[in-house]
Amino acid sequence: MATETKAATDYTLNELMTVLAAREIHDGDVVFVGIGLPNLACNLARHTHAPNMCLIYESGAVGAVPDRVPPSIGDPALVTGSLMVASMQDIFQAMLQNGKIQVGFLGGAQIDRYGNINTTVVGDYAKPKVRLPGSGGACEIAIHAQRVLLIAKLDKRAFPEKVDFITSPGSFSKGRKRKDWGHPGRGPVKCITNMGTLEPDERTGELVLTAIYPGVTIDAVRANVGWALKAKDPLAGVALPTAQEIKLLREKLDPKKLHIK
Amino acid sequence: MKSKVVSMKEAVAGLVKDGDTVVIEGFTHLICFAAGHEIIRQGRKGLTLARLTPDLIYDQMIAAGTAKKLVFSWAGNPGVGSLHAFRRAVEAQPPRLEIEEYSHFGMVARFSAGCANLPFWVMRDYKGSDIPGANPLIRSVKCPYTGEELATVPALRPDVTVIHAQRADKAGNTQIWGLMGVQKEAAFASRKVIVVAEEIVDESVVRSDPNRTLIPGFQVDAVVHEPWGAHPSFAQGYYDRDNDFYVSWDKIARDEAGLKRYLDEFVCGVKGRAEYMKKQPGLAERLGAKNMVCQGVNYGY
Repeated sequence: MATETKAATDYTLNELMTVLAAREIHDGDVVFVGIGLPNLACNLARHTHAPNMCLIYESGAVGAVPDRVPPSIGDPALVTGSLMVASMQDIFQAMLQNGKIQVGFLGGAQIDRYGNINTTVVGDYAKPKVRLPGSGGACEIAIHAQRVLLIAKLDKRAFPEKVDFITSPGSFSKGRKRKDWGHPGRGPVKCITNMGTLEPDERTGELVLTAIYPGVTIDAVRANVGWALKAKDPLAGVALPTAQEIKLLREKLDPKKLHIK
Repeated sequence: MKSKVVSMKEAVAGLVKDGDTVVIEGFTHLICFAAGHEIIRQGRKGLTLARLTPDLIYDQMIAAGTAKKLVFSWAGNPGVGSLHAFRRAVEAQPPRLEIEEYSHFGMVARFSAGCANLPFWVMRDYKGSDIPGANPLIRSVKCPYTGEELATVPALRPDVTVIHAQRADKAGNTQIWGLMGVQKEAAFASRKVIVVAEEIVDESVVRSDPNRTLIPGFQVDAVVHEPWGAHPSFAQGYYDRDNDFYVSWDKIARDEAGLKRYLDEFVCGVKGRAEYMKKQPGLAERLGAKNMVCQGVNYGY
Protein backbone atom coordinates (compact mmCIF):
# COMPACT_ATOMS: atom_id res chain seq x y z
CA MET A 1 0.00 0.00 0.00
CA ALA A 2 1.34 3.44 -0.86
CA THR A 3 2.25 5.72 2.08
CA GLU A 4 -0.36 8.20 0.86
CA THR A 5 -3.19 5.94 1.93
CA LYS A 6 -1.68 3.66 4.58
CA ALA A 7 -3.45 4.20 7.90
CA ALA A 8 -1.43 5.80 10.68
CA THR A 9 -0.87 3.46 13.59
CA ASP A 10 -0.86 6.16 16.24
CA TYR A 11 -2.12 9.72 16.31
CA THR A 12 -3.25 12.24 18.91
CA LEU A 13 -6.73 13.72 19.12
CA ASN A 14 -5.46 17.10 17.93
CA GLU A 15 -3.82 15.41 14.96
CA LEU A 16 -7.08 13.65 14.11
CA MET A 17 -9.03 16.93 14.31
CA THR A 18 -6.43 18.68 12.18
CA VAL A 19 -6.54 15.97 9.52
CA LEU A 20 -10.37 15.99 9.39
CA ALA A 21 -10.36 19.79 9.06
CA ALA A 22 -7.76 19.65 6.28
CA ARG A 23 -9.92 17.24 4.29
CA GLU A 24 -12.81 19.74 4.30
CA ILE A 25 -10.74 22.06 2.11
CA HIS A 26 -11.10 21.67 -1.65
CA ASP A 27 -8.24 22.28 -4.03
CA GLY A 28 -8.49 25.87 -5.27
CA ASP A 29 -10.39 27.14 -2.22
CA VAL A 30 -9.53 30.59 -0.92
CA VAL A 31 -9.41 30.09 2.84
CA PHE A 32 -9.48 32.58 5.71
CA VAL A 33 -7.09 30.98 8.19
CA GLY A 34 -6.93 31.27 11.97
CA ILE A 35 -4.06 30.37 14.26
CA GLY A 36 -3.64 27.04 16.02
CA LEU A 37 -5.27 23.93 14.55
CA PRO A 38 -6.90 25.76 11.58
CA ASN A 39 -3.50 27.04 10.51
CA LEU A 40 -2.06 23.53 10.68
CA ALA A 41 -5.07 22.08 8.86
CA CYS A 42 -4.70 24.57 6.02
CA ASN A 43 -1.00 23.95 5.65
CA LEU A 44 -1.61 20.19 5.72
CA ALA A 45 -4.21 20.54 2.96
CA ARG A 46 -1.80 22.67 0.95
CA HIS A 47 0.88 19.97 1.22
CA THR A 48 -1.48 17.12 0.32
CA HIS A 49 -4.68 17.27 -1.74
CA ALA A 50 -5.08 21.04 -2.17
CA PRO A 51 -1.85 22.51 -3.59
CA ASN A 52 -3.81 25.24 -5.36
CA MET A 53 -5.61 26.56 -2.30
CA CYS A 54 -4.90 30.13 -1.25
CA LEU A 55 -4.31 30.92 2.42
CA ILE A 56 -5.50 34.36 3.50
CA TYR A 57 -4.92 35.86 6.93
CA GLU A 58 -7.00 38.82 8.09
CA SER A 59 -3.76 40.68 8.77
CA GLY A 60 -3.37 41.07 5.00
CA ALA A 61 -1.20 38.14 3.86
CA VAL A 62 -2.62 36.49 0.74
CA GLY A 63 -1.21 33.21 -0.60
CA ALA A 64 0.92 32.84 2.52
CA VAL A 65 3.46 29.99 2.74
CA PRO A 66 4.65 30.23 6.36
CA ASP A 67 7.86 28.33 7.04
CA ARG A 68 7.21 28.37 10.78
CA VAL A 69 4.08 27.86 12.86
CA PRO A 70 2.79 31.44 13.15
CA PRO A 71 2.17 32.32 16.82
CA SER A 72 -0.19 35.08 15.71
CA ILE A 73 -2.22 35.86 12.59
CA GLY A 74 0.09 38.80 11.97
CA ASP A 75 3.37 36.90 11.94
CA PRO A 76 6.16 38.20 9.66
CA ALA A 77 6.59 34.66 8.25
CA LEU A 78 3.17 35.04 6.63
CA VAL A 79 4.47 37.93 4.54
CA THR A 80 7.78 36.44 3.39
CA GLY A 81 7.16 34.63 0.10
CA SER A 82 3.42 35.38 -0.01
CA LEU A 83 1.61 36.29 -3.23
CA MET A 84 0.28 39.62 -1.99
CA VAL A 85 0.08 41.81 1.05
CA ALA A 86 -3.27 43.59 1.08
CA SER A 87 -4.55 46.40 3.26
CA MET A 88 -7.25 45.32 5.70
CA GLN A 89 -9.72 47.41 3.73
CA ASP A 90 -9.01 45.21 0.72
CA ILE A 91 -9.16 42.02 2.80
CA PHE A 92 -12.59 42.80 4.24
CA GLN A 93 -14.18 44.62 1.32
CA ALA A 94 -12.68 43.46 -1.98
CA MET A 95 -12.17 39.88 -0.83
CA LEU A 96 -14.51 38.87 2.03
CA GLN A 97 -17.57 41.08 1.42
CA ASN A 98 -17.13 40.65 -2.33
CA GLY A 99 -17.63 36.88 -1.98
CA LYS A 100 -14.13 35.68 -2.80
CA ILE A 101 -13.61 33.56 0.33
CA GLN A 102 -14.74 29.93 0.15
CA VAL A 103 -13.84 28.77 3.65
CA GLY A 104 -13.58 30.47 7.02
CA PHE A 105 -12.37 28.72 10.17
CA LEU A 106 -13.93 29.80 13.44
CA GLY A 107 -13.91 28.68 17.04
CA GLY A 108 -15.20 30.17 20.24
CA ALA A 109 -15.70 29.96 23.97
CA GLN A 110 -19.32 28.98 23.33
CA ILE A 111 -21.05 27.40 20.33
CA ASP A 112 -24.80 26.80 20.52
CA ARG A 113 -27.40 24.49 19.02
CA TYR A 114 -27.53 26.51 15.79
CA GLY A 115 -23.81 27.12 15.43
CA ASN A 116 -23.96 30.65 16.80
CA ILE A 117 -20.60 31.58 18.28
CA ASN A 118 -19.73 33.64 21.33
CA THR A 119 -16.26 35.14 21.59
CA THR A 120 -17.40 38.30 23.40
CA VAL A 121 -18.53 37.69 26.96
CA VAL A 122 -19.50 34.99 29.45
CA GLY A 123 -22.42 36.35 31.47
CA ASP A 124 -24.13 39.67 30.87
CA TYR A 125 -22.49 42.16 28.48
CA ALA A 126 -22.71 45.02 30.98
CA LYS A 127 -21.67 42.83 33.94
CA PRO A 128 -19.29 40.27 32.46
CA LYS A 129 -18.28 37.16 34.37
CA VAL A 130 -15.48 36.71 31.88
CA ARG A 131 -14.70 39.32 29.29
CA LEU A 132 -13.45 37.59 26.11
CA PRO A 133 -11.54 39.36 23.30
CA GLY A 134 -14.56 40.04 21.05
CA SER A 135 -15.29 39.55 17.37
CA GLY A 136 -12.13 40.41 15.53
CA GLY A 137 -13.09 39.42 12.01
CA ALA A 138 -15.29 36.51 13.11
CA CYS A 139 -18.72 38.18 12.70
CA GLU A 140 -18.14 39.09 9.05
CA ILE A 141 -16.39 35.81 8.28
CA ALA A 142 -19.44 33.95 9.66
CA ILE A 143 -21.70 36.02 7.40
CA HIS A 144 -19.67 36.06 4.18
CA ALA A 145 -17.46 32.98 3.90
CA GLN A 146 -19.17 30.44 1.67
CA ARG A 147 -18.51 27.62 4.15
CA VAL A 148 -17.66 28.00 7.82
CA LEU A 149 -15.75 25.24 9.59
CA LEU A 150 -15.87 25.14 13.37
CA ILE A 151 -13.20 23.49 15.48
CA ALA A 152 -13.89 23.13 19.20
CA LYS A 153 -13.64 20.74 22.14
CA LEU A 154 -16.94 19.47 23.49
CA ASP A 155 -18.03 20.23 27.00
CA LYS A 156 -21.32 21.37 28.47
CA ARG A 157 -20.19 24.94 29.15
CA ALA A 158 -18.70 25.33 25.67
CA PHE A 159 -21.77 23.89 23.92
CA PRO A 160 -24.80 25.47 25.67
CA GLU A 161 -28.27 25.46 24.17
CA LYS A 162 -28.00 29.24 23.79
CA VAL A 163 -24.81 31.28 23.83
CA ASP A 164 -24.63 34.24 26.24
CA PHE A 165 -23.87 36.59 23.34
CA ILE A 166 -24.04 36.00 19.58
CA THR A 167 -20.80 37.40 18.24
CA SER A 168 -20.99 35.49 14.95
CA PRO A 169 -24.31 34.23 13.59
CA GLY A 170 -24.77 30.55 12.74
CA SER A 171 -27.63 28.81 10.94
CA PHE A 172 -30.46 30.36 12.95
CA SER A 173 -30.02 33.47 15.07
CA LYS A 174 -32.30 35.99 16.78
CA GLY A 175 -35.39 34.24 15.41
CA ARG A 176 -34.37 34.09 11.75
CA LYS A 177 -32.65 31.71 9.37
CA ARG A 178 -29.63 32.83 7.39
CA LYS A 179 -31.67 33.01 4.21
CA ASP A 180 -34.07 35.44 5.87
CA TRP A 181 -31.21 37.59 7.14
CA GLY A 182 -29.82 37.61 3.60
CA HIS A 183 -26.45 36.20 4.62
CA PRO A 184 -24.43 35.40 1.48
CA GLY A 185 -22.50 32.44 2.95
CA ARG A 186 -23.89 29.02 3.85
CA GLY A 187 -22.77 29.33 7.46
CA PRO A 188 -21.37 26.46 9.52
CA VAL A 189 -21.11 23.30 7.43
CA LYS A 190 -19.22 21.16 9.93
CA CYS A 191 -18.12 21.32 13.53
CA ILE A 192 -15.05 19.21 14.19
CA THR A 193 -14.76 18.28 17.85
CA ASN A 194 -12.63 16.03 20.03
CA MET A 195 -15.32 13.27 20.02
CA GLY A 196 -16.94 13.42 16.62
CA THR A 197 -18.33 15.79 14.02
CA LEU A 198 -21.56 17.79 14.07
CA GLU A 199 -23.35 19.14 11.02
CA PRO A 200 -26.40 21.39 10.66
CA ASP A 201 -29.69 19.72 9.82
CA GLU A 202 -30.62 20.85 6.31
CA ARG A 203 -34.11 21.91 7.28
CA THR A 204 -33.72 23.39 10.77
CA GLY A 205 -30.04 24.31 10.91
CA GLU A 206 -29.70 22.53 14.25
CA LEU A 207 -26.31 20.89 14.83
CA VAL A 208 -26.64 17.12 14.70
CA LEU A 209 -24.06 14.44 15.48
CA THR A 210 -23.03 12.92 12.14
CA ALA A 211 -19.90 10.90 12.94
CA ILE A 212 -18.03 9.68 16.00
CA TYR A 213 -14.43 8.68 16.52
CA PRO A 214 -13.32 5.15 17.42
CA GLY A 215 -14.13 4.26 21.02
CA VAL A 216 -16.57 7.13 21.54
CA THR A 217 -20.25 6.51 22.34
CA ILE A 218 -23.24 8.69 21.49
CA ASP A 219 -24.05 8.96 25.19
CA ALA A 220 -20.56 10.25 25.94
CA VAL A 221 -21.01 12.96 23.30
CA ARG A 222 -24.46 13.86 24.65
CA ALA A 223 -23.04 14.21 28.16
CA ASN A 224 -20.88 17.06 26.85
CA VAL A 225 -23.53 19.01 24.96
CA GLY A 226 -26.01 21.38 26.58
CA TRP A 227 -29.05 20.49 24.48
CA ALA A 228 -30.82 17.25 23.49
CA LEU A 229 -28.37 16.39 20.73
CA LYS A 230 -29.85 14.46 17.84
CA ALA A 231 -27.73 11.84 16.11
CA LYS A 232 -27.87 10.84 12.48
CA ASP A 233 -28.99 7.24 11.95
CA PRO A 234 -26.92 5.38 11.04
CA LEU A 235 -23.98 7.25 12.50
CA ALA A 236 -20.83 7.28 10.36
CA GLY A 237 -17.28 6.72 11.45
CA VAL A 238 -14.48 8.94 10.13
CA ALA A 239 -11.69 8.08 7.72
CA LEU A 240 -8.69 7.95 10.04
CA PRO A 241 -5.42 9.81 9.42
CA THR A 242 -2.96 8.29 6.98
CA ALA A 243 0.68 7.70 7.80
CA GLN A 244 1.63 10.41 5.32
CA GLU A 245 -0.60 13.01 6.96
CA ILE A 246 0.79 12.29 10.43
CA LYS A 247 4.37 12.31 9.14
CA LEU A 248 3.84 15.71 7.51
CA LEU A 249 2.31 17.16 10.67
CA ARG A 250 5.05 15.89 12.95
CA GLU A 251 8.11 16.35 10.79
CA LYS A 252 7.33 19.38 8.67
CA LEU A 253 4.34 21.41 9.82
CA ASP A 254 4.57 21.36 13.62
CA PRO A 255 7.94 19.85 14.52
CA LYS A 256 7.94 21.56 17.93
CA LYS A 257 4.49 20.08 18.65
CA LEU A 258 3.00 23.45 19.52
CA HIS A 259 -0.49 22.39 18.53
CA ILE A 260 -0.56 18.66 17.79
CA LYS A 261 0.49 17.39 21.21
CA MET B 1 12.37 70.51 2.26
CA LYS B 2 11.21 71.57 5.72
CA SER B 3 12.20 69.09 8.40
CA LYS B 4 9.50 67.80 10.73
CA VAL B 5 11.94 65.71 12.71
CA VAL B 6 11.53 66.04 16.47
CA SER B 7 12.22 63.86 19.49
CA MET B 8 9.54 61.48 20.78
CA LYS B 9 9.26 63.66 23.86
CA GLU B 10 8.62 66.77 21.75
CA ALA B 11 6.17 65.02 19.44
CA VAL B 12 4.00 63.75 22.32
CA ALA B 13 4.28 67.01 24.29
CA GLY B 14 3.25 69.05 21.27
CA LEU B 15 0.57 66.89 19.66
CA VAL B 16 -1.11 64.67 22.28
CA LYS B 17 -3.45 66.45 24.71
CA ASP B 18 -5.44 65.21 27.70
CA GLY B 19 -8.86 63.97 26.55
CA ASP B 20 -7.76 63.34 22.94
CA THR B 21 -8.86 60.40 20.81
CA VAL B 22 -5.55 58.67 20.16
CA VAL B 23 -4.87 55.94 17.62
CA ILE B 24 -1.63 53.98 17.65
CA GLU B 25 -2.29 51.65 14.72
CA GLY B 26 -0.52 48.63 13.26
CA PHE B 27 -2.06 45.16 12.98
CA THR B 28 0.40 43.02 14.94
CA HIS B 29 3.10 44.65 12.77
CA LEU B 30 4.62 48.12 13.46
CA ILE B 31 2.82 48.89 16.72
CA CYS B 32 4.56 51.91 18.18
CA PHE B 33 5.18 50.94 21.79
CA ALA B 34 7.70 53.78 22.09
CA ALA B 35 4.96 56.39 21.57
CA GLY B 36 2.61 54.67 24.01
CA HIS B 37 5.34 54.62 26.63
CA GLU B 38 6.08 58.32 26.14
CA ILE B 39 2.36 59.13 26.54
CA ILE B 40 2.43 57.21 29.84
CA ARG B 41 5.61 59.01 30.96
CA GLN B 42 4.07 62.40 30.23
CA GLY B 43 1.03 61.46 32.32
CA ARG B 44 -1.73 62.03 29.75
CA LYS B 45 -5.22 61.48 31.17
CA GLY B 46 -8.75 60.93 29.93
CA LEU B 47 -7.73 59.59 26.52
CA THR B 48 -10.05 57.68 24.22
CA LEU B 49 -7.81 54.95 22.87
CA ALA B 50 -8.88 53.47 19.53
CA ARG B 51 -7.32 50.56 17.64
CA LEU B 52 -8.55 47.31 16.11
CA THR B 53 -6.47 45.21 18.49
CA PRO B 54 -5.59 47.03 21.74
CA ASP B 55 -2.65 44.64 22.12
CA LEU B 56 -0.17 44.95 24.99
CA ILE B 57 0.42 48.64 24.39
CA TYR B 58 -3.14 49.70 25.26
CA ASP B 59 -3.16 47.16 28.11
CA GLN B 60 -0.17 49.07 29.48
CA MET B 61 -1.77 52.46 28.84
CA ILE B 62 -5.02 51.34 30.52
CA ALA B 63 -3.04 50.06 33.52
CA ALA B 64 -1.14 53.35 33.71
CA GLY B 65 -4.40 55.30 33.95
CA THR B 66 -4.16 57.24 30.68
CA ALA B 67 -7.48 56.01 29.24
CA LYS B 68 -11.11 56.77 29.99
CA LYS B 69 -12.44 54.84 27.02
CA LEU B 70 -11.42 52.06 24.63
CA VAL B 71 -12.70 51.69 21.06
CA PHE B 72 -11.75 48.31 19.58
CA SER B 73 -12.63 45.10 17.76
CA TRP B 74 -10.44 42.39 19.34
CA ALA B 75 -9.01 42.80 22.83
CA GLY B 76 -6.75 39.84 23.43
CA ASN B 77 -3.07 38.97 23.64
CA PRO B 78 -2.59 37.50 20.13
CA GLY B 79 -1.74 33.83 20.24
CA VAL B 80 -1.59 33.89 24.06
CA GLY B 81 -4.89 34.80 25.73
CA SER B 82 -6.25 37.72 27.73
CA LEU B 83 -5.28 41.34 28.19
CA HIS B 84 -5.46 41.36 31.97
CA ALA B 85 -5.47 45.12 32.67
CA PHE B 86 -8.29 45.52 30.14
CA ARG B 87 -10.20 42.64 31.72
CA ARG B 88 -9.77 43.94 35.24
CA ALA B 89 -11.05 47.35 34.13
CA VAL B 90 -14.16 46.07 32.32
CA GLU B 91 -14.99 43.22 34.69
CA ALA B 92 -14.94 45.61 37.69
CA GLN B 93 -18.35 46.73 38.97
CA PRO B 94 -18.79 49.50 38.14
CA PRO B 95 -16.39 49.19 35.18
CA ARG B 96 -13.34 51.45 35.29
CA LEU B 97 -13.18 51.78 31.51
CA GLU B 98 -15.85 52.74 29.00
CA ILE B 99 -15.88 50.52 25.90
CA GLU B 100 -17.18 50.96 22.35
CA GLU B 101 -16.94 47.71 20.44
CA TYR B 102 -17.04 46.76 16.75
CA SER B 103 -15.75 43.90 14.61
CA HIS B 104 -12.55 44.29 12.58
CA PHE B 105 -14.51 45.13 9.47
CA GLY B 106 -16.47 47.71 11.46
CA MET B 107 -13.28 49.43 12.62
CA VAL B 108 -11.78 49.29 9.11
CA ALA B 109 -15.01 50.83 7.79
CA ARG B 110 -14.89 53.60 10.42
CA PHE B 111 -11.40 54.59 9.30
CA SER B 112 -12.48 54.31 5.65
CA ALA B 113 -15.30 56.80 6.30
CA GLY B 114 -12.99 59.06 8.26
CA CYS B 115 -10.34 59.23 5.56
CA ALA B 116 -12.98 59.76 2.84
CA ASN B 117 -14.45 62.68 4.84
CA LEU B 118 -17.83 60.94 4.97
CA PRO B 119 -20.08 60.74 8.05
CA PHE B 120 -20.45 56.93 7.95
CA TRP B 121 -19.67 53.79 5.97
CA VAL B 122 -22.03 51.10 4.73
CA MET B 123 -21.37 47.40 4.92
CA ARG B 124 -23.06 44.02 4.82
CA ASP B 125 -22.46 42.93 8.37
CA TYR B 126 -23.90 42.38 11.85
CA LYS B 127 -27.31 40.91 10.93
CA GLY B 128 -28.14 38.14 13.40
CA SER B 129 -25.31 39.25 15.71
CA ASP B 130 -25.67 40.78 19.20
CA ILE B 131 -22.89 43.30 18.51
CA PRO B 132 -25.25 46.14 17.39
CA GLY B 133 -27.30 45.57 20.57
CA ALA B 134 -24.15 46.21 22.59
CA ASN B 135 -23.16 49.29 20.56
CA PRO B 136 -25.95 51.72 19.60
CA LEU B 137 -23.59 53.49 17.16
CA ILE B 138 -23.90 50.51 14.80
CA ARG B 139 -27.04 51.36 12.84
CA SER B 140 -28.51 50.69 9.42
CA VAL B 141 -29.61 52.51 6.31
CA LYS B 142 -31.89 51.59 3.45
CA CYS B 143 -30.07 51.53 0.12
CA PRO B 144 -31.67 54.25 -2.09
CA TYR B 145 -31.11 52.11 -5.20
CA THR B 146 -32.11 48.59 -4.15
CA GLY B 147 -33.94 48.99 -0.87
CA GLU B 148 -31.52 46.62 0.85
CA GLU B 149 -30.91 47.27 4.52
CA LEU B 150 -27.20 47.84 5.11
CA ALA B 151 -25.27 48.20 8.35
CA THR B 152 -23.58 51.53 9.07
CA VAL B 153 -20.77 52.61 11.33
CA PRO B 154 -19.82 56.21 12.08
CA ALA B 155 -16.60 57.77 10.78
CA LEU B 156 -13.68 57.70 13.18
CA ARG B 157 -11.74 60.99 13.19
CA PRO B 158 -8.92 60.68 15.72
CA ASP B 159 -7.27 63.77 17.14
CA VAL B 160 -3.90 62.15 16.66
CA THR B 161 -2.65 58.95 15.01
CA VAL B 162 0.77 57.42 15.51
CA ILE B 163 2.16 55.35 12.65
CA HIS B 164 5.35 53.34 13.00
CA ALA B 165 7.21 52.80 9.73
CA GLN B 166 10.36 51.22 8.41
CA ARG B 167 11.48 54.48 6.88
CA ALA B 168 10.49 58.07 6.25
CA ASP B 169 12.22 61.18 5.01
CA LYS B 170 12.39 64.24 7.21
CA ALA B 171 9.30 65.75 5.59
CA GLY B 172 7.28 62.68 6.63
CA ASN B 173 6.97 60.82 3.33
CA THR B 174 6.50 57.40 4.85
CA GLN B 175 7.31 54.00 3.38
CA ILE B 176 5.95 50.78 4.81
CA TRP B 177 6.16 47.21 3.59
CA GLY B 178 4.84 43.96 5.01
CA LEU B 179 1.47 44.03 6.79
CA MET B 180 -0.15 47.44 6.25
CA GLY B 181 -3.28 47.03 8.37
CA VAL B 182 -5.32 50.24 8.35
CA GLN B 183 -2.42 52.65 8.70
CA LYS B 184 -3.12 54.63 5.53
CA GLU B 185 -6.81 55.06 6.34
CA ALA B 186 -6.07 55.91 9.99
CA ALA B 187 -3.49 58.53 9.01
CA PHE B 188 -5.81 60.25 6.54
CA ALA B 189 -8.73 60.11 8.99
CA SER B 190 -6.72 61.85 11.68
CA ARG B 191 -6.37 65.56 12.42
CA LYS B 192 -2.72 65.15 13.39
CA VAL B 193 -0.22 62.42 12.48
CA ILE B 194 3.03 61.41 14.14
CA VAL B 195 5.27 59.11 12.08
CA VAL B 196 7.89 57.15 13.98
CA ALA B 197 10.51 55.56 11.76
CA GLU B 198 13.22 52.95 12.13
CA GLU B 199 15.30 54.99 9.68
CA ILE B 200 15.21 58.54 8.40
CA VAL B 201 16.24 58.42 4.75
CA ASP B 202 17.00 60.99 2.12
CA GLU B 203 14.10 62.17 -0.04
CA SER B 204 15.85 60.56 -3.02
CA VAL B 205 15.42 57.11 -1.42
CA VAL B 206 11.66 57.68 -1.24
CA ARG B 207 11.56 58.99 -4.80
CA SER B 208 13.45 55.93 -6.07
CA ASP B 209 10.50 53.71 -5.05
CA PRO B 210 7.32 55.81 -4.84
CA ASN B 211 4.94 52.81 -4.85
CA ARG B 212 6.30 51.95 -1.41
CA THR B 213 5.01 55.23 0.07
CA LEU B 214 1.88 54.71 2.17
CA ILE B 215 1.53 58.21 3.61
CA PRO B 216 2.71 61.41 1.90
CA GLY B 217 4.52 64.05 3.92
CA PHE B 218 1.69 66.60 3.66
CA GLN B 219 -0.43 64.39 5.93
CA VAL B 220 2.29 64.18 8.59
CA ASP B 221 2.89 66.68 11.41
CA ALA B 222 5.93 65.21 13.13
CA VAL B 223 8.62 62.67 12.30
CA VAL B 224 10.45 60.81 15.07
CA HIS B 225 13.53 58.68 14.53
CA GLU B 226 13.18 55.79 16.96
CA PRO B 227 14.95 52.53 16.09
CA TRP B 228 13.32 49.49 17.76
CA GLY B 229 10.36 51.74 18.60
CA ALA B 230 7.88 48.95 17.83
CA HIS B 231 9.36 46.28 20.10
CA PRO B 232 7.85 43.81 21.22
CA SER B 233 5.87 44.21 17.98
CA PHE B 234 7.98 43.87 14.85
CA ALA B 235 9.24 45.72 11.81
CA GLN B 236 9.51 43.52 8.72
CA GLY B 237 13.09 43.50 7.49
CA TYR B 238 14.36 45.04 10.76
CA TYR B 239 13.37 42.79 13.66
CA ASP B 240 11.09 39.88 14.47
CA ARG B 241 8.09 39.93 16.79
CA ASP B 242 9.18 39.18 20.35
CA ASN B 243 6.79 36.27 20.81
CA ASP B 244 8.49 35.31 24.09
CA PHE B 245 7.62 38.71 25.53
CA TYR B 246 3.98 38.38 24.43
CA VAL B 247 3.88 35.05 26.30
CA SER B 248 5.59 36.50 29.39
CA TRP B 249 3.17 39.47 29.43
CA ASP B 250 0.47 37.05 30.53
CA LYS B 251 2.34 36.48 33.79
CA ILE B 252 3.48 40.09 34.20
CA ALA B 253 0.00 41.53 33.76
CA ARG B 254 -1.96 38.86 35.63
CA ASP B 255 -1.66 40.76 38.88
CA GLU B 256 -1.78 44.51 39.23
CA ALA B 257 1.41 44.71 41.28
CA GLY B 258 3.44 42.81 38.68
CA LEU B 259 2.20 45.07 35.95
CA LYS B 260 3.04 48.17 37.98
CA ARG B 261 6.55 46.84 38.56
CA TYR B 262 6.95 46.41 34.81
CA LEU B 263 5.76 49.95 34.09
CA ASP B 264 7.99 51.37 36.84
CA GLU B 265 11.04 49.65 35.44
CA PHE B 266 10.63 49.63 31.65
CA VAL B 267 8.39 52.64 31.00
CA CYS B 268 8.66 55.24 33.76
CA GLY B 269 12.11 54.09 34.80
CA VAL B 270 13.69 55.00 31.46
CA LYS B 271 13.96 58.30 29.57
CA GLY B 272 13.17 56.79 26.20
CA ARG B 273 13.60 53.93 23.79
CA ALA B 274 17.40 54.00 23.73
CA GLU B 275 17.50 53.40 27.48
CA TYR B 276 14.76 50.76 27.19
CA MET B 277 16.94 48.90 24.70
CA LYS B 278 20.03 49.27 26.89
CA LYS B 279 18.17 47.54 29.72
CA GLN B 280 17.62 44.50 27.52
CA PRO B 281 20.97 43.46 26.10
CA GLY B 282 20.81 40.67 23.56
CA LEU B 283 17.45 41.77 22.16
CA ALA B 284 18.94 42.95 18.87
CA GLU B 285 20.91 39.72 18.42
CA ARG B 286 17.88 37.57 19.25
CA LEU B 287 15.36 39.37 17.06
CA GLY B 288 17.31 41.04 14.25
CA ALA B 289 15.91 40.19 10.81
CA LYS B 290 17.77 38.17 8.22
CA ASN B 291 18.18 39.65 4.77
CA MET B 292 15.60 38.77 2.15
CA VAL B 293 15.82 41.69 -0.25
CA CYS B 294 13.50 41.85 -3.27
CA GLN B 295 14.93 42.49 -6.68
CA GLY B 296 13.28 45.86 -7.23
CA VAL B 297 11.41 47.18 -10.25
CA ASN B 298 12.17 49.40 -13.20
CA TYR B 299 10.56 52.86 -12.93
CA GLY B 300 12.05 53.98 -16.27
CA TYR B 301 10.01 55.15 -19.24
